[in-house]
Amino acid sequence: MIAQHFEYTVATSLGEAVSLLQKYGDRAKLLAGGHSLVPMMKLRLASPEVLIDIGRLSELSYVMEENGALRIGALTTHHSIESSEVVGRGCRSLAEAAGEIGDIQVRNKGTIGGSVAHADPAADYPATLLAFDATIVTLGPRGERSIHASDFFVDMLTTALEPGEIVREIRIPVHSGRSGSAYLKFAQKASGFAICGVSAVVDLDGAGAISKVAVGITGVGNKAFRGAGTETALRGQQPSPGLLRSACEKAAAGVVALDDIHASAGYRLDLARIYARRALEKAVERAG
Amino acid sequence: MKYVGQAIKRKEDPRLVSGSSSFVDDLALPGMLHTAVARSIHAHARIKRIDISQAWKLAGVTAVVTGEEIAGKCGPIPVAGEIHGMKKPVMHLLAVGKVIYVGQPVAAVVASDKYIARDAADLIEIEYEPLPAVTNPEKAIEPGSPVIHEQFSDNIAYTFGFETGNTEEAFKNADVVVKERFVNQRLAPVSMETRGAVATVQAPDRELVIWSSTQIPHLLKTQLAVMVGVPEHRTRVITPEVGGGFGSKLNVYAEEGLVAYLALKTGKPVKWIEGRRENLACTIHGRDQINDVELALKKDGTILGMRAKVVADIGGYYQLLTAIIPQLTGLLAPGAYRVPTFKFDLVGAFTNKMATDAYRGAGRPEATYLIERIVDCAAQKLKMDPAEIRRKNFPQPSEFPFATSGGVVYDSANYEKALDKALQLADYAGLRKKQAEMRAQGKYMGIGLSSYVEICAMGPSVAMPAGGWESGSVRIEPTGKVTVLTGASPHGQGQETSFSQIVADEFGIGIDDVFVQHGDTARIPYGIGTFGSRATAVGGTAIYMAVQDLKAKLAGIAAHILQSSPDKIVFEDGKLIAGDADKSMTFGAAVTQAYIARNLPPGMEPGLDRTRFFEPSNFTFPFGTHVCVVEIDEETGEPKITKYVAVDDCGNVINPLLAEGQIHGGIVQGVAQALYEEVVYDENGQLLTGSLMDYALPRAHDLPMLELDRTVTPSPVNPMGVKGVGEAGTIGSTPAVVNAIVDALSPLGVTHIDMPVRPEKIWKILKGRKAS
Amino acid sequence: MLPVSLQTSFPKGMLMTQRVRITINGKLFESDVEPRLLLTDFIRGVAGLTGTHVGCETSICGACTILANGLAVKSCTMFAVQADGSDLVTIEGMAKDGQLHPLQQSFWEEHGLQCGYCTTGMIMCAHQLLARNATPTEAEIRDGLTGNLCRCTGYQNIVKAVQSASGKMRQTQNVAAGD
Repeated sequence: MIAQHFEYTVATSLGEAVSLLQKYGDRAKLLAGGHSLVPMMKLRLASPEVLIDIGRLSELSYVMEENGALRIGALTTHHSIESSEVVGRGCRSLAEAAGEIGDIQVRNKGTIGGSVAHADPAADYPATLLAFDATIVTLGPRGERSIHASDFFVDMLTTALEPGEIVREIRIPVHSGRSGSAYLKFAQKASGFAICGVSAVVDLDGAGAISKVAVGITGVGNKAFRGAGTETALRGQQPSPGLLRSACEKAAAGVVALDDIHASAGYRLDLARIYARRALEKAVERAG
Repeated sequence: MKYVGQAIKRKEDPRLVSGSSSFVDDLALPGMLHTAVARSIHAHARIKRIDISQAWKLAGVTAVVTGEEIAGKCGPIPVAGEIHGMKKPVMHLLAVGKVIYVGQPVAAVVASDKYIARDAADLIEIEYEPLPAVTNPEKAIEPGSPVIHEQFSDNIAYTFGFETGNTEEAFKNADVVVKERFVNQRLAPVSMETRGAVATVQAPDRELVIWSSTQIPHLLKTQLAVMVGVPEHRTRVITPEVGGGFGSKLNVYAEEGLVAYLALKTGKPVKWIEGRRENLACTIHGRDQINDVELALKKDGTILGMRAKVVADIGGYYQLLTAIIPQLTGLLAPGAYRVPTFKFDLVGAFTNKMATDAYRGAGRPEATYLIERIVDCAAQKLKMDPAEIRRKNFPQPSEFPFATSGGVVYDSANYEKALDKALQLADYAGLRKKQAEMRAQGKYMGIGLSSYVEICAMGPSVAMPAGGWESGSVRIEPTGKVTVLTGASPHGQGQETSFSQIVADEFGIGIDDVFVQHGDTARIPYGIGTFGSRATAVGGTAIYMAVQDLKAKLAGIAAHILQSSPDKIVFEDGKLIAGDADKSMTFGAAVTQAYIARNLPPGMEPGLDRTRFFEPSNFTFPFGTHVCVVEIDEETGEPKITKYVAVDDCGNVINPLLAEGQIHGGIVQGVAQALYEEVVYDENGQLLTGSLMDYALPRAHDLPMLELDRTVTPSPVNPMGVKGVGEAGTIGSTPAVVNAIVDALSPLGVTHIDMPVRPEKIWKILKGRKAS
Repeated sequence: MLPVSLQTSFPKGMLMTQRVRITINGKLFESDVEPRLLLTDFIRGVAGLTGTHVGCETSICGACTILANGLAVKSCTMFAVQADGSDLVTIEGMAKDGQLHPLQQSFWEEHGLQCGYCTTGMIMCAHQLLARNATPTEAEIRDGLTGNLCRCTGYQNIVKAVQSASGKMRQTQNVAAGD
């Protein structure tokens, strides 16, 4: 299919991208890897008048560990994240989430910033970003902002990004010691998007009890959310199969689940329960 | 036999793997214009007004046409498959007055490039008055339903039925009757290349040339000539490389007529390439039947009779073969069993959806599904092993040709042999043991069998709507190279290779000295096309016959020169050998003689060019047994195929590489029906599976390696003893998968589960068990 | 959606076009294009390399897969302007000196194609797969090819073809290393 006409402009620096965004306002959209936007434009579901291509800003493609946090540039591709040793070590479920996105070709081109800014309710990253208490660093006309992941994903295809703001970096606190994480996904058969994706992070204390735990769930509701009930039930406890099972009964408590031809709300909610437990089991095992 | 039976690498492949072959969208003719179609967004609506003014204003637009213009100038979409007494709505290339399905062409734009054409098509404003949509075929035929074609009294497209023997008696005498409703869901064929066509009026003769991605170039030529009013001998259809069809390109579509009309109108070449969303909405769909089936048996498992009531969803109108596809279900419904009495009742229902038509298997997968499922239901009820109930009801090899209660005569088979081989290959006894162990651990594992038979090599003309024969033309050039022209129109099946194998062996020459051409009506004698697993069994036979004629002629020449007799001449290693005279001449030398023509036997005509038309006396009936093993995730319900064994018998095999390839692809397509695929319309007739983001095709990671073997029971219907293999995998596999899933869940009392068996359906059953 | 007036305000010829320079299979193609021109249409229409195919509209099927700066991408999901200055390899660039690439050869030998429409994209993706993992397992091959749909083969012979090519390519490397 064929997109409608648009004006195309290349941002040669992050600053230029911000000022171009300011100049064109809501007539413009940012183009990074294009794997969220271009398909929408081809189907004429999105028809921005101006595309600001930030895909060439190599300064935004990096993964580094600094002061106990992973810093991932917005234009880092899913493949780079999937295959990054640093990510694999410090935030394994993020690497797993990246590896679950689309396919080889999509992962070669699509970027974490683009995915995060698009905020598809069935995207893979949000579960992990929530579970790791990640921060989305943005740059706008009024400078830099750090937005907590739980504040960033506002609703289906809606984020806390303000007009003129660009996702600049994702920051993820690295867990040290006996810590493990995992991302598991039940995919929609046609699109590969998550019907239910769960990211679990578990820290164990010296006695093997759960000192920190987080469960992020995507694909189930209109935005990714934390399985707060499950986390509460696990915190401070010795992990056991029975405990994990009972704790996960509440994984999606209170959530209004999506309901479509691919999965009913009831099924999604039950998948949340099942996948939460499986992801937690894996995370506990990895925490050793 | 040097080539036949060997796994010869395909001649087609070097051009395909290098990207140098030419599909229809690869054509770029000078001055070519592009068409885009404005389509209905409603399932059922009156067209109040069409405003094309904005589209016209766009620079680069050269024509905009609507139904009003077209209806007076072009004939309607042709319908070849007719059932006695059926209602026949007329369908114009562009909608006139009203639309009856989402995606129906309403207007078309011609522009200098495809981008502008799309822009312009989107600028056409169509004002509709929506009407209530009819989407459920059973409700559609109830009194009081809104009527889609207002000239008729209801939505019943036709009724059809027959009874063989006395089913009432059989059911009265039965120890056991099993009854089940099977829904065979609507599918989209989704060839990886969508449809597309280019038309041009070629100087100097003003010949209308149409390149189309079609399975039936000759039939298309005839139909388009009639449709747009160009004499047929000035009309030519060329199939470039065709990127798959699966029946969906066995048709004559509105857009093919449109590009022909628009090329005539504009005097320029005009191209139309279907988008994938158009493909999912506006290329024929397959299946879509509801089957209510009853089987009467003795308590030892002997089948006494069957009744099948079928409601077939026609869609809004008929494409080429729409009406007759569900009829095939009736012919094959008794399957591979002795079913002494059978009653078949069919109703075709018009609904506000795309037309259904031939999709890989076309009516036979539905038949196989219903018989293979109901036999399993019977086994379950009688607590018989599914293999044993099948074995008990197979006709024996000595009973062939075997007349069935479906009204056809099966050519040859040994069903038990294929079953035994499959059971052995799968280690059936071991699987049952493993199943018992897994069940003891609370795990769900199922083993599904399907002992299918199918109707192939379509077919005798008496049973076909537009000829069931095929043409084959063989010309030996003066240099000894052989040109083969086939009326079949392969599109991935590999007949350029397999036909070369046949011809090379018969002449005793090298395979590279044979060149097979197809798909150009100006070069190829009239033919029917490739569908219904017919290309080799019917088209190949025509070539085989032409080759025999030429061999007789060459043998005559050789005998004349070598002073032997024609029946003593053997074709071997590039020579014609007269064994009795201990002399030989090269193939080339004999050919030369036919052209120089100075020393021919008295009365023999010069030249070596022969065209034959093969009219088969019957269909062929390939068969086999598939064994599928599934394991089910007891929490999510996800079924996983852990083993798949297929033993197929397609008669003699020309090229095992190609035959296996057909079976692989067929199985995966059939598995996909069982597990993933479904065209979904909502109650308003809106298509919910309109892109490949929502219509799930199988992917590489969905299946384990398939384990294939075969038995060989030659067909007596043609001299090569071949049966056909294009649809076997699709027909055999679907019930094997569903049977395996039902088997896995049978401890829970499950007797049936409808397709596609998505995890959620199983989850619901598992959930229900936990709750109770 | 854009208002109608905006759409019609771009008559042909007055459209803002942009010059792009894209190297394909070692050859530079330079053209003024509309920003909305898809890279696939640049490759097929401007460069005339029609071995790259289009099979869907939603980045699912992979028929349009090419290598862009060494990475397999779906060329239907990029605008040509995004590829300005890029170095692309398409299926036409795979054979060298009249010799089919081992992947092409293996697809042929293993009957890894029927209609051939998906094949070119499949080969380009498999190329990426083997570049990252010279000895993939069957499961890795199957997972690696999820972005490429084939409706004919059931994938079985495609998997075998990639396995076979993996062997061939390692052998070639070993020979080269031994030189």
